[in-house]
Formats: sequence, C-alpha cells, structure tokens
Amino acid sequence: MRRGLLMPAFALALPGLPLAAATWAWHQGLALPVLLWTDALVWLLVIAVLAGFWLGRRSEPLREGWRRVLADAPAMASAVVLAVFVLIGLADSVHVRLALPAAGAASSGWSVEVTSALDLVLDDLRERRERTYSAPLATHAFQRETVVGADGRSVREFPRLRHGGAHLADPETEHRADILRRGLSGLLAGLLLAVLVGVVMVALVARARAMPWRRAARAILRSDTAPDGRPAPHWLALGVTLCAIALLAGLCTALSSHYHVLGTSKVGQSVLYLSLKSVRTSLVIGTLTTLVLLPFAVVLGIMAGYFRGWVDDLIQYVYTVVESIPSVLLIAAGVLLIQVYMESNPGAFATAAQRADFRLLMLCVILGVANWTTLARLLRGEALRLRELEFVQAAHAFGLSHGRIIARHLLPNTVHVVLIASVMGFSGLVLAEAVLSYVGVGVDPSMISFGTMINDARLEMAREPMVWWSLAATFAFMLALVLAANLFADAVRDAFDPRGGARAGQGGGA
Amino acid sequence: MNDGRAPVANPPTLLEVRGLRTWMQVPGGRVRAVDGASLEVRRGETLALLGESGSGKSVTAASILRLLPEAARIVSGEVLLDGRDLLALPEREMREVRGLRIGMVFQEPMLSLDPVMRVGAQIDEALRRRHREPAARRRLRAIELLRSVGLPQPERRIDDYPFQFSGGMRQRAMLAIALAGEPDLLVADEPTTALDVTTQAQVLDLLMAAVRERGMGMLLITHDLGVVARCAQRVAVMYAGEIVETAPVDRFLEGPRHPYARRLMEALPRPGSRHRPLAVIPGSVPVFTTEPGGCRFASRCDQAIPGCSIEAPPVRVTGPGHEVRCLRDGATAGAEPDSQAPASTDRPTPADAAAGMDTVGLDASPVQPGEVDPSWPGSLPQSPTTRVDDRPLLEVRGLRVRFPVRGGAMRRVRGWIEAVDGVDLGIARGRTLALVGESGCGKTTAGKALLRLVDASGGELRLDGVDLRSLGRAALRPFRARAQIVFQDPYASLDPRMRIEETLDEGMRSLRPAWDARQRSMRIDRLLEEVGLPADARRRFPHQFSGGQRQRVAIARALSVEPELLVCDEPTSALDVSVQAQVLNLLRELQRRRGLACLFITHNLAVVETMADEVAVMYRGRIVEQGSAGRVLAAPAHPYTRALLAAVPRIEVPRDPGTVAAAAVPDLPDPVADREGCDYRPRCPLASARCARERPRAQPVGPGHVAACHERWGDPGPGR
Repeated sequence: MRRGLLMPAFALALPGLPLAAATWAWHQGLALPVLLWTDALVWLLVIAVLAGFWLGRRSEPLREGWRRVLADAPAMASAVVLAVFVLIGLADSVHVRLALPAAGAASSGWSVEVTSALDLVLDDLRERRERTYSAPLATHAFQRETVVGADGRSVREFPRLRHGGAHLADPETEHRADILRRGLSGLLAGLLLAVLVGVVMVALVARARAMPWRRAARAILRSDTAPDGRPAPHWLALGVTLCAIALLAGLCTALSSHYHVLGTSKVGQSVLYLSLKSVRTSLVIGTLTTLVLLPFAVVLGIMAGYFRGWVDDLIQYVYTVVESIPSVLLIAAGVLLIQVYMESNPGAFATAAQRADFRLLMLCVILGVANWTTLARLLRGEALRLRELEFVQAAHAFGLSHGRIIARHLLPNTVHVVLIASVMGFSGLVLAEAVLSYVGVGVDPSMISFGTMINDARLEMAREPMVWWSLAATFAFMLALVLAANLFADAVRDAFDPRGGARAGQGGGA
Repeated sequence: MNDGRAPVANPPTLLEVRGLRTWMQVPGGRVRAVDGASLEVRRGETLALLGESGSGKSVTAASILRLLPEAARIVSGEVLLDGRDLLALPEREMREVRGLRIGMVFQEPMLSLDPVMRVGAQIDEALRRRHREPAARRRLRAIELLRSVGLPQPERRIDDYPFQFSGGMRQRAMLAIALAGEPDLLVADEPTTALDVTTQAQVLDLLMAAVRERGMGMLLITHDLGVVARCAQRVAVMYAGEIVETAPVDRFLEGPRHPYARRLMEALPRPGSRHRPLAVIPGSVPVFTTEPGGCRFASRCDQAIPGCSIEAPPVRVTGPGHEVRCLRDGATAGAEPDSQAPASTDRPTPADAAAGMDTVGLDASPVQPGEVDPSWPGSLPQSPTTRVDDRPLLEVRGLRVRFPVRGGAMRRVRGWIEAVDGVDLGIARGRTLALVGESGCGKTTAGKALLRLVDASGGELRLDGVDLRSLGRAALRPFRARAQIVFQDPYASLDPRMRIEETLDEGMRSLRPAWDARQRSMRIDRLLEEVGLPADARRRFPHQFSGGQRQRVAIARALSVEPELLVCDEPTSALDVSVQAQVLNLLRELQRRRGLACLFITHNLAVVETMADEVAVMYRGRIVEQGSAGRVLAAPAHPYTRALLAAVPRIEVPRDPGTVAAAAVPDLPDPVADREGCDYRPRCPLASARCARERPRAQPVGPGHVAACHERWGDPGPGR
C-alpha cells in the first residue's frame, strides 16, 4: 500500500514545491503572486496529466504500454532529460511580483517586474550582467574598449569583466588553474550527488523486488527484466542519465558562481540564463498548442469517420480548405491581428510580462488552429476502421446511442493515436516556434525563447571573430530537448501502436 | 480405392527433416515452437502436416525454407533435400533452393501476390530463373502455366493485376508462380483455408494433379482433416512442437492411435454427431519454454496414466509406416473411436444447469437434472417456454438490401449491388435455421439486416408479428433485447479496452433498465458460469483470452439481455476444430435450455448437419433451396446445393473421382453483372435455354422443401 502511494506523492511533490514556496512568500508579504494565462493552462495541463495517469492506472493496456516505454533504454534516458526540462519549465511557471523595498514596515507596492520562481533561484545569474558580449568563461570583454587609465590617457584594450573572473588578481596566471579547481570541485559535488542517486535507486529496486542490495545492484547493471517476466523500467539508463545530468549541473553551478559559463549576450545577460528561460517558452508552445488542437481534431475527426455521409463531407471540406492555406501566412495574419488588438487595448495588460504572455498564448491558439488537420485525418481513418468492427456493431445491436458508442468504444480505442500524435508533434512545434520567432511572427520580442535567441545571434554571425556561443547554446539546448522528445515519441509509438511490434507475439502458429 | 494416390513402391526420399528445433524469443523467455520434429516427404507423394493453431506446423515450414521471423532461431536439427543439408547452406545458395527446388504456396492469396505487378510479370520472375530464353517464349510458357492451373482465358488474364482476380484465381496464380520454377518439392501452407468450399475443392485437385503429373513431393500444411483425407498419402500430426503420430492416411482415418489425433477426429462435426455432443479437448495447445518433463499432451489427455507426466513417451512403430508417440498405445488402440463415450465435454453438469436458472430475469425453464442426457437430441424444442406454436418468431418476406455503387466526380450513385434480393425466411422458437452459402452471397448482410444493423431497402421483417422495418431507432430498442447476434471474428467482436464485465454489462444497462447494478452483477456471474468461463474472468481484458474463450464471452454478451432469437454469424469459422466443437456444444446446450430461435449463418456444411433443423441455401442474394436439414442434405434439389455438398472434404466418404468432377464449378461471377434469368446458369451443368430467359421461382420439391430450379432431378439423391 505504501509503495502504491510513493509514486503519486513524488509526482505531486516535485511540481508542488515552487507553488508552495510562492504561497509562503505571499503569506510573508514578500511577493504578490501573478497568474499568467499560460501559467494557469500549464498547471491545468499538469493536473490533467496527473489525473489521466490516476484514472488510467488500472487500465492494463495503458500500463502495459508505459511499462514497455520505460523498459526501453533510449526512452528512459530521454524521459529523464524531458523531466529535467519540464521541472525547469514548471519552476518558471510560478510568477510573482516582488515587494518593493519600502521605507515603512508594510510594503508600499509591488515591483512592475514579474519574476518567476526560476528567476529567484537563478538570481545570481540574472543579476550579474556584463555590458555586452563576453566569451564563455572569459575574464575580459570580447571587444576592445577605450578605457581612460588612472594616468588620464585613454587606451584601447579588452577591459576586465565586471563579474566574470573578477575575483582573480592576475587573470593571466590564475585563470586556468582557477577554472580547473572550480570545475573539478563542481564535478566532485556532482559525483557525490550521482552516487547518492545510485544508492537510492538500488535501495528502491531492492525493496520493490524484495532482494538484497547486492543482487539488486547486479540486476540493475545487467538491466534484467522483472522476475515475473514483464518489462521492467530500465534502471541502468535512468541511473546513467541522472549521473550525467548531476555531473553537468555540478560543473555549471560551480563555475557559474564566478564566471559566465556560456558567455554573455549583446546586452550582457548570461546566455546560460537565457537558455534556461527559453525552455519554458518551448514547452508551452509544444504542449498548449496540442491542448488547443486536440478538441478540434478529436471531435471533428471521430465524427467524420463515425457518421460518414454529409457530416464527413463537410468536415473533410473544412480541413482540406484549412490545409490548403499556407500555415505561415495564416499564422502571420493571426499574429498581426493580435498585435493590433494589444496595441489598441493597452490597459488590459498591467505588465510587459502579461502582454508577452498573452501573445504567447495566442500564438499557441493560432498554431493549434493551423495544425489540427493532420490528427483529425488520422482519427477519421481510425474511426472509419473501428465503426465497422464487430464490437461497435454489437453496441448498435444493444441500441446504444451514437454519443455513448463514441464515448465508450471509439474514444478509448483512439487514445493511442492521440498519444502518439501529441508526442510526435511536440518536437515539431518546438522547432516551429524557433522558425516563427526568427521570421518575426513568433513570440513577443521581449520574451526569451530559442527563436529570439537565434534571431539575435544571427546578426553576429558575420562578425570576426565570430560570436558563436549564443547560437551554440541554443543549438545544444534545442538538440537535447527535441532529440529527447523524438526518442521518447518513437518509444511511445512502438509501445502503443497496435500495428507495430506489440502484436508480433500474438501471431505465430496458424 | 487406388485412385492414383497410393504411394509407389519405395519411392526415393525427397525431403527429410531430422530433430528440428526452432525456438522463438519472446519477452517471457524462449518458446519451443518446434521441438524435435522429424518427417520425410517422398517423391510423388503428399505428406500432410496436421495440427491446430499454435502447434508449430507453420514454423516447421518456415524453418525448412529458412524464412523465419527475426525472433526465431533454428537451434538444432537437419533439413535434408536430396541428402543435402539446407541448414548448412550459405544464404546465396539457399536463394537458389527457394523457388527452383522448393516451391511455396501460402495461405493468404491477398497478401502473397504483389498488388502493383501484373500477374504475368510475377510468373515471369520465377520463369526467368529457370529458363534462359527470349521474353516472348517465356510469355507463352506463362500462359501455358496459367492454363494448366485452370485459369480461364489465360491469354487475356496474364496482363491483369491481382486485384482483378478473385481469391480462388489468385491462389491459382500463386500456384502457377510456384510451378514456374519447376521445383521438386512444393510446400503449401494452408493453401485453401481462405477459400470457399467449392474453390477449395478445385485448388486441392489442382495441387494433387500437379504433384502427380510432375512427380514432385508436397508438404501440405493444414488444420483440416477433410483436406488431409482428400489429398494426402501420409499424414504427420503435430502437437506443441512435436510430431505425435505419422501414418499412411488410410490407416490413420481408420483409427488414429494417438489420443490427441483421435480426439481431433471425434471433434469433427458430421452427420452422426447430431444427436450427441461433439467430443472436445479441454484447454488449448500449451506453450513450452523449458523441456517438458513428460508427454506434452498429458495435461489435456483423458487417458493419461501417472507415467505420462514423468517420462517423455518414445516413438513406437505400430504398423507399416505408422509411428505414434504415446506410452499407452496398446491399451486404447482397441477402442472404437465412435463407440467410445466422450469422456470430457465442456457441458456443465446438470446441477450447474439447474442452478443457472432460478432468479433475476433468467427465463424460467428449470431443467430437471434427469432430463439432460435423454433430451440431448438437439433438434427438438424441449424447453417449456417454447409454446407449441407454428407461427414463426421471426418472419421475413421479400427482404432486400442494396448498396450503392458510386463513381464519377461528385460520387454520384451509378448503380446498385443487390446484396440481398428478395429473401423469405421463417424461424420458430427453439428451432435453428442454417443460412448457407459461399462468401459474398449476402448471407451475413441478410443476418445483419434482420437485426437492423444494416438497413433493408425492401421487404417485411416481423418479429413476433411486429414489423421492425417501420420502427425508428428509439422505438426499436425494446425489440433489440429480443434478438441478438454472435459475430464471426472473436478478435474483433470484443472491445479491447473494456473489461469482460463492462462488455457484458453494457447491453443490460441499455436494454434492461429495470435491472439494478446488483442484479446485473449477479447475472454476469451466472452468464460466465453458463458459458463455462471462470468467475475471475469478469475482471480481465479480452487479450487475456484465447479465441474460443472470447467467443464464449461474445455468446454471453448476446445472451445477457435474454434474447429470443440469436443470429450466429459464422461463430466458429475462425476457431480450431477442437475449440469449434466446444462452442457448438455450448450453443446447442444453451439453445435447448432456453428455447432460443437461432439463425445460424455458415459456409460449413458439416456444421449445418450438426446444428440445424432447417437449411436455406443462398446464392447471389437469393434463396435457391430451403427445407428441413435432413431433406436438403440427403436429397438436394438445386444443382448449387449439390455442388456445395460434393465439394465438402469428408473423412468418411470413400474418395471417388466422381465427386471431384462434380465440384469443378467456376468461381463466383461478378456481382454487378446483368441478372437476367437464373443466376446460377454460368456455373450450372444443367443450364438450358430456358434458364437464360426466365428466372426460376421457388417450387415445392417435397414436404416443406422448395428449390428454385427449372430442372427436376429424377431420383432423390443422384450422385450422393
């Protein structure tokens, strides 16, 4: 019984932590919570996903499917990577306005700047700005500047950075050793964390399978299947990925206290900070868009396939028309419309963050409206197939209403299609955001996203020597996110698609 | 007796398989799909490899050809073709063997031909490997091959695509491809399972002729004892990866020695089986991942002795060419299979039957324990609920169902396919009417139209005097509870995402609103018991059940709302013989107990003999002959019925060449072609000028027996 509660408690605790912290801060009068539109939807989605798992926990086909997903090493590794991204995104989805440092005891007002829980955690990174570009781990600025020396003469030189390596007396000699020392200590801390993770994992496995620790550790290393022959989670992949992330996190944390690990941007912001902030934008676009398109796709697609006749003709006509409009055009028009609306109603938005957020939400809606057709097509085909199956005919013979047949028989049997399409669509949407922001019809320019980062970096590509770190960081982060999403989606498809390998075991003989 | 099928004295061995073991990697371990199988095929003879699904016969064939799925591996053994071990050959040489030395014919003609290649080109691919000659010469050869497999107008059809062929024609084309390489050995994996009974007869004849004329050997894989009896000289029975009995066919049919083979034979529905339950084998073929300690059949065998589960039985020779893998051969061989009481049927005990009757909405027909056995003759309505009442429960007059043929830019209706064209039927309570015909004749559509699952376009449909066709969706609901259906495919008829209890609950909730949740739950328990499923089945999902068990669930679902009429749409055609026997027994038992009227739709005439009181034979949407089962089967009046009966592969009828000739009818013609005169005319041996002019009407040919044919048959049963 206790084991059964462990997972849900864990699942609730992780995203719940930033929420609890925000509530606490509000009680203390330190901050005023701000609920942005996308925040509300993101948390709604979290609740929906948790509820979905809760409701589906007894459905054997679903459990079997997820078991197969987690037994796959790449899928497990990418699930861990995705989970880290999701945690970053969720921490960035709790927004507050901090109390202004007031003269009196009771705060006089709230800052106009909306900060997130992630901002507060990364306060150091956010605050320590340089004047402009600096290379990763640099101690001196990237450009020569005219500096007026103590003796009154002006010299063209690379000035020392305000924060990067500022503690070094003589960067020439100490720089390398200092980085090495800090890097090693960071790696060591990461290693300690990784060992801790490993021990906890072995303990969990040992308890779950009721075996001594030593044997549990061996089972993990050999990535054995569970004793009952069912696919077991790939603990080894989980452990290795967690260790890699712990090492990376340790390294970055140790170095970033005195350096800019990924350099700084044009206005001197830490690129690491920008990259971490971009994660939320990507996740919001990738998930909320799916949320927007699902009702259209599911309702219309299944209706078209189930009812056929004129309903089918009408729905097919609609989505054929929608599909034949170039989606960039549709999106550009939609974004322009939003912009006009926002400019004519400036009073509707208290802060710049709320403006940017509204635009992000609308972008999701527009992307959703432009993208529902593919899934609708898939679902129509599936419904066409299902409606001819004998269990649906049996339901007709029982006099069930159309609504009940759709709800009881068609919807549950198309869940795998929706699941696969959503997960596969995620990475496409993340990339679409980058492209749209680059073209200029994406998110608000003030909003930090991979698209705006690329757009900014593009201007510096021609510079000699090149400012490469902005683009490189974007590339690395997006690659990690999209690759993980794609690997995960592949595993989900393999596990849930009945036409895939899942059925292979049932054939045979004859 | 000797019709050219008897083996020539000591023909040379062509293929020899020795101790073949092929294991399959599955998530739970390694399944021993084939585990020490040995067999041999001689030149000019056909060896039938007989077994139920899961016995490993297809894997054996795939191992011989080395065309195994990735998960499977040949662990040990030898496959000798003319003394050369195929398992030791490099893949390059093996490719030469496939097609040129060994020809293949597969089960599914839809899947084994390339849909985007002309048939001629596919034959040419095989011909090119054998003959180095100009394309024009090869084309002539291909035409000749198509002619030799009985394809009409081969000069024209050679340039057709597979989709322009019917199932039987595709299987002929497949055979032509297999023969094009002039192989020594033909491996045919269930070559006729997907075909209609008349087409099956023709394709089997073709295969036999090819083997005889070309002096090839054939390994014929089948689950059908009738096919074995018709085609093979020797038979090897496979069970759970092992060959349990090898024998010459004649000896085998006289009396198989292995208990499994004997049970398989007894499970077959046949004329004598009408008045007693069919024998069944409890359970299903087991799967072994480790070496089983004793006999693989011991757990299902009704004659097992303690030694059976300890020691693997040795192969014993019990006669010329007759080998059996059983410890107890001598002890049971004397027993005549037919006289032997079926020791295990899946019939519930009388106590169970009575217990299932008392409360909650079950129709009150208490069966006294003593009544069960004497009253077995399944044909007579025994249940007290059956009013002695000549008025049929269901009356169908002139039922028509048509489907539009669409085409053109706006998908206008261009014409109509008359799937059901003026069908008259009547079923009384407690009686079974069998609707028989080939695939595509409209019998399933007719069955669905009776339940208004398909809308009829004309005719009358009366259930207990009420015209169902005039009712709307809502008004129809009360009648839905009175007529239910059991579908053909047990894998498609249960929602994979619903627990068994949800599936069973659904209909009661919709159609029996008076029953509360507790009553429904009690009924689910009782239904499961009634169809012979364990009580814990209700919490499980369909994928956890075998095909036969799923069909039991489907029957329970249909019975859950207490129907008076049950439409059974080929309920056993997807099942193995032993499982079919279980399901047929169950249906008969339930019908007898509840006084159900039953419309039994089937293409299997052997099943008709076991199940039906009356028979209606359907051809291209019309009933061509109708009457009591005894009369129609014993004295068929319509030439189509006679052809169907002649084509059924039987195990007891002496195989005489005359039946083969009578079965040689052409394939089912195009359903949208013109319909002047008698539909059966193109296939009919008796067709006259009158048949082309005038459509025959149903005329009485005996008491309660009508046939739609202009011709009269002199004696009651010529040719049978």
